[in-house]
Amino acid sequence: MRWTLILGGILAGLAMLAAALSFLWTPHDVGQMAVASKLQPLSGTYWLGTDHFGRDILSMVMVGARTSIAVAVVAVGIGMGFGVPLGLLAAAGRGGWVDEVIMRGNDLIFAFPSLVIAILITAAFGPSAVNAIIAIGIFNIPVFARVTRGAAMPIWTLDYIRAAQVAGKGRLRISLEHILPNTLNLLIVQGTIQFSLGILAEAGLSYVGLGAQPPTPSWGRMLAEAQTFVTIAPHVAIIPGLCIFATVLGLNLLGDGLRDALDPRLKVMQA
Amino acid sequence: MLPYLARRMISLALSLLVASLVIFLLVEMVPGDPATFMLGTGAQPETLAALRAQLGLDQPLPVRYASWLLQILSGDLGQSFTYKTPVTGMILDRMQVSLPLALMALALAVLIAFPIGLFAAARRGEAGDTAIMSVTQIGIALPNFWFAMLLVLLFAVRLRWLPAGGFGGWDAPGAALRSLLLPAVALALPQAAILARVLRSALIETMDQDYIRTARAKGLSRGKTLRRHALRNALIPVLTIMGMQFSFLLAGAIIIENVFYLPGLGRMIFQAINQRDLIVVQSAVLVLVAAVIAVTFLVDLAYAAVDPRLRTR
Repeated sequence: MRWTLILGGILAGLAMLAAALSFLWTPHDVGQMAVASKLQPLSGTYWLGTDHFGRDILSMVMVGARTSIAVAVVAVGIGMGFGVPLGLLAAAGRGGWVDEVIMRGNDLIFAFPSLVIAILITAAFGPSAVNAIIAIGIFNIPVFARVTRGAAMPIWTLDYIRAAQVAGKGRLRISLEHILPNTLNLLIVQGTIQFSLGILAEAGLSYVGLGAQPPTPSWGRMLAEAQTFVTIAPHVAIIPGLCIFATVLGLNLLGDGLRDALDPRLKVMQA
Repeated sequence: MLPYLARRMISLALSLLVASLVIFLLVEMVPGDPATFMLGTGAQPETLAALRAQLGLDQPLPVRYASWLLQILSGDLGQSFTYKTPVTGMILDRMQVSLPLALMALALAVLIAFPIGLFAAARRGEAGDTAIMSVTQIGIALPNFWFAMLLVLLFAVRLRWLPAGGFGGWDAPGAALRSLLLPAVALALPQAAILARVLRSALIETMDQDYIRTARAKGLSRGKTLRRHALRNALIPVLTIMGMQFSFLLAGAIIIENVFYLPGLGRMIFQAINQRDLIVVQSAVLVLVAAVIAVTFLVDLAYAAVDPRLRTR
């Protein structure tokens, strides 16, 4: 086991654990405001202090993890759900017009400034976690389409695929039975990376007020609200930022570690 | 080369056309009527109808799209509903902040990434390489707006070396540069981390090539081979990434511009969306997308000019 895999797993696992635990238990009620105890430092009662409304930061961070993870996971799901079939289709019809249309469409989405379009989408359909998911998910589609196509292309030239063709299997069946399983490793690695990018994107959108709406806590909005108080109570801004940072770092390390563990090409190079 | 060029030109024009349609439709979906927004909710229905007619908002959708497109093709990006000034002028105005900011950030990113990437590639697999790659992981995971807040906390609030936000214009160049420094650093660090990783892997891939082995066999030192032969050939993927980063920095600085209250292009689009100044959103986003598509096109052309194999695709 590589240390990246272990450390990444621990950091990402902690975020998942906090999110899961928040369904059953949080140290304090998340919505509970106590203005008398606002901007408290770290203490025995409030382990990570309180914000400007006197809400418990640890509880908010735990529920916020739920928001971030849910948005990022579904956004990756959208990307994979549309991108992988498109990539398989493009590879199956490589060189033909289907491939050309899919790949040019991909290039087009890549040309759009993703953040600006995400802001436009959330403005068009109203700011909410669901619309943030859609906005982030759309930009995941070309990523997965490209990765799938790139991974599938060399497989199509292999002998056992030719054997399957001779045996009378159609392109669709070959794509599903032989190509897809052999691209899974790469897709898992890319999925982890997009997951971490999704968490960053969600934080950015909710920072400008276009993600999950109050009273649902989210890491990005906690940061935005903390900005005004950053000079008086820096921990209010430092803690949610650290959460984003640690989760994204964990997922990136996990992706790196998985790539090393799953990619046989790299194993040969190391040997 | 000529058929290739023609094919790419057609594809470029088609991309731009589709992009304009997508942007137009997206902006159409933004709820809220610009006329109501300009006159307030207490406005008379007749006044609203008159303003709508004046802005051309009473026309059917295809007509409005066509007239916007024709207007753009004649070089006119339209007039802002809110400020009654030409959008072209507004974009140029905001570019005075966004362009230097993007350039500063990219320059900083290159200055940080190149030495680091070269160092790591030269010591591939050794402790120094591992350490540097771990540091770049940290750089990539940093949310830039959070990093920006920490920078403000340290350099503006505690040390009082640099301003915490705002931009006074280029009449005082020294002050202007100082206001852009912290945002540029906040933008540059994550980009530098990405660039360093790309440079390292591109260098390592090139170092495995036969001609590098030949150069080494000739007796060239490892460092000289790296700088003289590998670096030049590794630059292609690095330049592609830099092109993408530049367009990201130009438009994607919205959040950083918000942290530092900078009057940049991203913030202008953000404000225009909130004010339902749809023509500004439409035209500014199209200009950005067109810039990215054009840069990609030029990079592709440059590759094809250098490498004939790419022309057949």
